[in-house]
Parts: sequence; C-alpha cells; structure tokens
Amino acid sequence: MRKILFFLTFALMVLATWMTLFYAPTEVVMGHVQRIFYFHMGTVWAATVAFTVVFVASIYYLVKETAKWDTLAYCSAEIGMLLLTLTIITGSIWAKPVWGTWWTWDPQLTTTFILWVLYAVYLVLRSGAGGRGKKARYSAIFAIIAYVDLPVVYVSARIKRGISPVVFGPGGGGIDPAMMHTLLVTLLGFTLLFVLLLGERMRIMNMENALYARSGRGG
Amino acid sequence: MRNILLIFRKDFLVEWRSKQIFPTMFVFSLLLLLVFNVAFEFRSDVDSRAVSAVIWITFIFSGLLALGRSFSLEKENNAFAFLLLTPVSRSYIYLGKLLSNVVMVLLSELFILPLFLLFFLFDASGVSFSLTGTVLPFLGVVFLGTIGFVSLGTFFSSMALNTKLRDMMLPLLVFPLIIPVVITSVGICSSILEGRPPDYYSFSLQVLVSFDIIFILLCSLLFEYLIEDSGD
Repeated sequence: MRKILFFLTFALMVLATWMTLFYAPTEVVMGHVQRIFYFHMGTVWAATVAFTVVFVASIYYLVKETAKWDTLAYCSAEIGMLLLTLTIITGSIWAKPVWGTWWTWDPQLTTTFILWVLYAVYLVLRSGAGGRGKKARYSAIFAIIAYVDLPVVYVSARIKRGISPVVFGPGGGGIDPAMMHTLLVTLLGFTLLFVLLLGERMRIMNMENALYARSGRGG
Repeated sequence: MRNILLIFRKDFLVEWRSKQIFPTMFVFSLLLLLVFNVAFEFRSDVDSRAVSAVIWITFIFSGLLALGRSFSLEKENNAFAFLLLTPVSRSYIYLGKLLSNVVMVLLSELFILPLFLLFFLFDASGVSFSLTGTVLPFLGVVFLGTIGFVSLGTFFSSMALNTKLRDMMLPLLVFPLIIPVVITSVGICSSILEGRPPDYYSFSLQVLVSFDIIFILLCSLLFEYLIEDSGD
C-alpha cells in the first residue's frame, strides 16, 4: 500500500511538472512566470487540506482523548506549515514581476500570513506546554479556535479591497482547458503528496513514541 | 445567571480590596501614551487613523496585562481548584470571569480615554465632537472591541498560566487571533473621528459583533476541556 502510494505520487508529480512546463499554454499577459501558479495552487490547496485535517483531528481528540488523533493533528500541522511556507514563497516569486512587489497586504495575503502565524504559534504551544496530555489538549483547543478564527480574519481583511486574482466563481475570468487539466493534475498530485508525507511522518512519530515509552521518558 | 454574577462579585471584591490590577493597568496605559507621544511627536496635525491605532494598541496591551494577572491571582493558595469544586457548570465559571474582566478593563479604559482626548485630540483639526455623533458611537465600539479581545484573552490566560512558558505564552496565543478585532475597531474608530455616517462602517460593525458572539460561545463551550485537570 505504501509502495503503491509512493509510486503513484511520484508519477503524478513528474506528470504535473511536465504539464506545468510544457503542456500548459503560455499565459498571454504574464508570460512564463504564470506557470509557477500551478504549484502555488497545489501547495495552498494541500495546506488547506492539512489544516482541515488538524481541525477535525483536534475535535476528535477532545471528544475521544486517544493519542492517535493528537499524533494525526500534530503531523498534519507540521506538513501544512511546510506547504504554506512554499505557498508564500511561490506567491512572492509570482508577485514580484506581475504586481511589482514581493508582498502586499491584500486580504488573501493577510489571511495566509495570519494562518502561517497561527500554526507557528500552534507549534510553539506544543513545545512549551508541558506534560503530554496537557500539550495535546491545549494544542487541540487552540487549533479549533484558530480554524474558526480564520474566516473572520478573511472577512475583516476584505473590508479593504484586494488585488489577488479571482480565477473561479463570479467575477473570475475562466481558463483555457489545457490550463485546467494541468491545474487538476497538480492539485491531485499535491493531495497525494500530502497523504504520503502525512503517513510517513506519523510512522516516524509512532516510532519516536514507542522509543520514549521503552526508555521510560515521556515525550 | 446568578452563578455568573456571584463569580463576578467575588472577583470584583478581591480587586476592590487589593487594588492590584486597576492601578497597574492605568499607570501602564499612561506610560504607553507617553511613549507614543514621544515616539510619534504628535502635534496638532494628527491623523485620526493613527490616533485610533494608538488607542487600541494601548487598550489591548494594558488589557492583556490585567488578564494575565486575573488568573494568576486564582493560582495563589490554589483558589482556582476550589472554584472548580463549586457545583457549577464550567461555562458559567468562564462567563463569570469574562464579565469581571470586561468590567475591569472597561473601567480603566474609561479613565484613560479623557487623557487621550487631552493629549491627542484636544487641538486636532477636523475632529468635531457631538454627544450622539461621536462620543456615544465611540464608546459603543470601545465596549464591543473590549468584549472581543477580553473573551479570547480570558480564555487563553487560564491556558497560558498552566504552560511552561507562563505569561510569555499569552500574547503569543491571543495576538494573532484578535486581528479581526484590531482591524474593525481601529477602522470604525477612525471613521467616527472623521465624522463619517454610520453606513460607512456598518459592515465592520457587523463583523465585530459576530466576532464577539462566535468567540464567547466557542470559548464557553471549550472551557470545560481547557481546565479538565490543571494538575499535570
């Protein structure tokens, strides 16, 4: 199962890279720079999935109080943090030639930044909470509140008008079918990559816990 | 409801007799004001946006200071453990603490506001004062914004005190979460000072009120899980 998932992810990521570079047509206005957008979307999508997993796992942990939900939440948060960092970096690389700046405080960027900070705090809280049960419970509570907070942050940041492109939905421009294919493959690829990384991270985490249990020190 | 009021009364009496939080907050706010004054060299050509920002930064910083204190008082002599022994739902304990904290923070804000007026807005140009047009809406926003950041502040101060990092943890936990309060409160306050009609900031007001309602409900729901066993 692990092997199948690994090769599937590998194949899809290679395909996504190829499609991004060669299959997708060059955007008329932005040129080749626009190609980074597929990976930008892929990472931000996977990061969103990751943080939703953290949220759901945290609720389950509070209700059931079994360690595996806490492990799931923590590992997912770590990977989500990595993906979100990549999102911000790819977004910046795109924004410099197109907007003429690395960073601007538009609603989507502000929300992304706050999301990043929230999960940085989540990880700090885990390292600074204290005992094992307390660490799990506190971080679960914080994750739930943070997840609920995020839409409110977005709405309040929207009070000022933004410049991030809206591609889909009302007001969006719609895109070329070839671009759509590329995007879908990239999204799928990153979703699988997230699942793969999550599985591996949890395996390592469980091994760590088993080792700690054997040596008699609580993690 | 009676239980909430009882906890409120207890906290208020403790504060009334010990006089720890209130003077500290007041003096701290005053010092912040002084620092801002010196740093910005505020003269008569002040910008209403900057004044609103200064007001809210002062409120939030001094407010969090008070909140950290309010739960560490409970830690002395293990008072909080006895509070938990009372046959009351944990949500009521949270709501009672919230009420007493809101009242205390609001009171000290009311004392500090006239000083702001004196230092910043006394000879500001373009700001006109009228009771219904400026003062009452302004106080209303102060009320709602304070509820917003105190609701999360109260909740997380009881969490922060039980972590290894203690007081260090509180601002870390609270600041990123109360961003909506900061954005909306500062925005509305500066609109009011500029004398804009209520339509102009009604959306911000809706966001602020929703924030208050959402997080009071969520925090009182989660408070039970937060204090399950403060022992470990």
